[in-house]
Amino acid sequence: MIRVININKSFDDQKVLDNVSVTFEPGKTNLIIGRSGSGKTVLLKSIVGLHDIDSGEIWFEDVLFNKLDFKDKKEIRKQMGMLFQGSALFDSLTVEQNVMFPLNMFTVKSTEEKIERVNFCLNRVDILNVNELFPSELSGGMKKRVAIARAIALNPKYLFCDEPNSGLDPITAILIDELIKELTEEYSMTTIVNTHDMNSVMEIGEKIVFINEGIICWEGSKNEILHSDCEILNDFVFANALAKQLRSSENK
Amino acid sequence: MILRFLSQLGRYFMLLKKVFSKPEKSSVYYKQTMHELVYLGLNSIGIVAVVSFFMGAVITLQTAYNTENPIYPTYLIGLGTRDSILLEFSSTIVALILAGKVGSNIASEIGTMRVTEQIDVLEIMGVNSASYLILPKMIATLVFNPFLTLISISVGIVGGWLAGTFSGVITSEDFIYGIQYAFIPYYIVYAMIKTVFFAFIITSVSAFHGYYVNGGSLEVGQASTKAVVHSSVLILLFNVILTQLLLS
Repeated sequence: MIRVININKSFDDQKVLDNVSVTFEPGKTNLIIGRSGSGKTVLLKSIVGLHDIDSGEIWFEDVLFNKLDFKDKKEIRKQMGMLFQGSALFDSLTVEQNVMFPLNMFTVKSTEEKIERVNFCLNRVDILNVNELFPSELSGGMKKRVAIARAIALNPKYLFCDEPNSGLDPITAILIDELIKELTEEYSMTTIVNTHDMNSVMEIGEKIVFINEGIICWEGSKNEILHSDCEILNDFVFANALAKQLRSSENK
Repeated sequence: MILRFLSQLGRYFMLLKKVFSKPEKSSVYYKQTMHELVYLGLNSIGIVAVVSFFMGAVITLQTAYNTENPIYPTYLIGLGTRDSILLEFSSTIVALILAGKVGSNIASEIGTMRVTEQIDVLEIMGVNSASYLILPKMIATLVFNPFLTLISISVGIVGGWLAGTFSGVITSEDFIYGIQYAFIPYYIVYAMIKTVFFAFIITSVSAFHGYYVNGGSLEVGQASTKAVVHSSVLILLFNVILTQLLLS
């Protein structure tokens, strides 16, 4: 379980997170949704420690993460996997080397064992026969899959995904969403996904947190989100033409 | 302005502290250092050799045309070429060239990793990104640049000899006598010490600019330019300081 208690974060004079408190449940796909610039990425990066928060507490189980020093944070970070918006694969390494990187860094496995684990992870995300290719030779969807394979290489306890299906076509986006959900259940991970894609919300959202201008406005499940009386949330959920039509036909 | 400079200086030393912390896994760092030795060291031999050859040739010809006097023995052209190359050109000028080649390379590589969140990936994994990315580059340049200087000295003298003899300004015998005349071995030590200092400046300053890039491709380009300019200025400054300290 990850608990965020009263965290605040500003960049210069601009407040990006305003007294944010939320609990992310273990073994579930937790979604942070909101408009672009609402503070989703800052919240996610603050949770994983890439941004130092101004005040508040971030708990990983019973460990106060944001007060740990670099060395102790490393121990928690070894249990994290993260999928970045742009995949963030290492350009100079092949697919195999990318997935093998955390294994090389933190395990004492033999080369054969590492290759076996790499192939297992790549198979798990349905990436076959591309071990020797470089990231520049892959499509956007394949890059995301390889990044997921790298994120799960060390069997993480926590998975963080920042806009996992941005820049992908709707079908590939659904496949990536399903993959994240399957892996979350398979490895009983606490997964936090940042998204503004309503398809993702309806596909994989188990716990949903809506953030607007750095403030948590709403929390609930995907069944509750369609019947919320939060006006800002409804503007977001029913923003596109198709959703508006569905809602108006439902109201009739 | 002064506050900004001090803040940048503080960040630079904080980065160095992170760079010199204990590596996560020595075997991975060793492999990375070997890779950087090839990438930053071996790949620089070509440019260093070309520049040194022509530099040696021009020094010989200029020395010859500026000392056309029956009082001066011609072997002094060889001596002048040798000392100019040893004392200044093969260490300082080659360092300035490497600041352009290696420095911009380091700043743009690390800067691109920053803006594409690859450094964040390392941090999330629990890897000390500063140490993993910068330390192998630093070791590679500190180890290999003295060899580049030795290559530069050798090629520069050969370039001077060829230019001198083919243009007829000096005979081969006089040139060879000149480069052996009143040789002070300490000059090589002096050149090596300067090279090591300059290698550290090039790598650390360029890595600093790349590591703290904020923004996108435009900022990476700007960081690369800053890396070359700041490294070059610092090389020139430390050239004065080291010369005073080592030759006085």
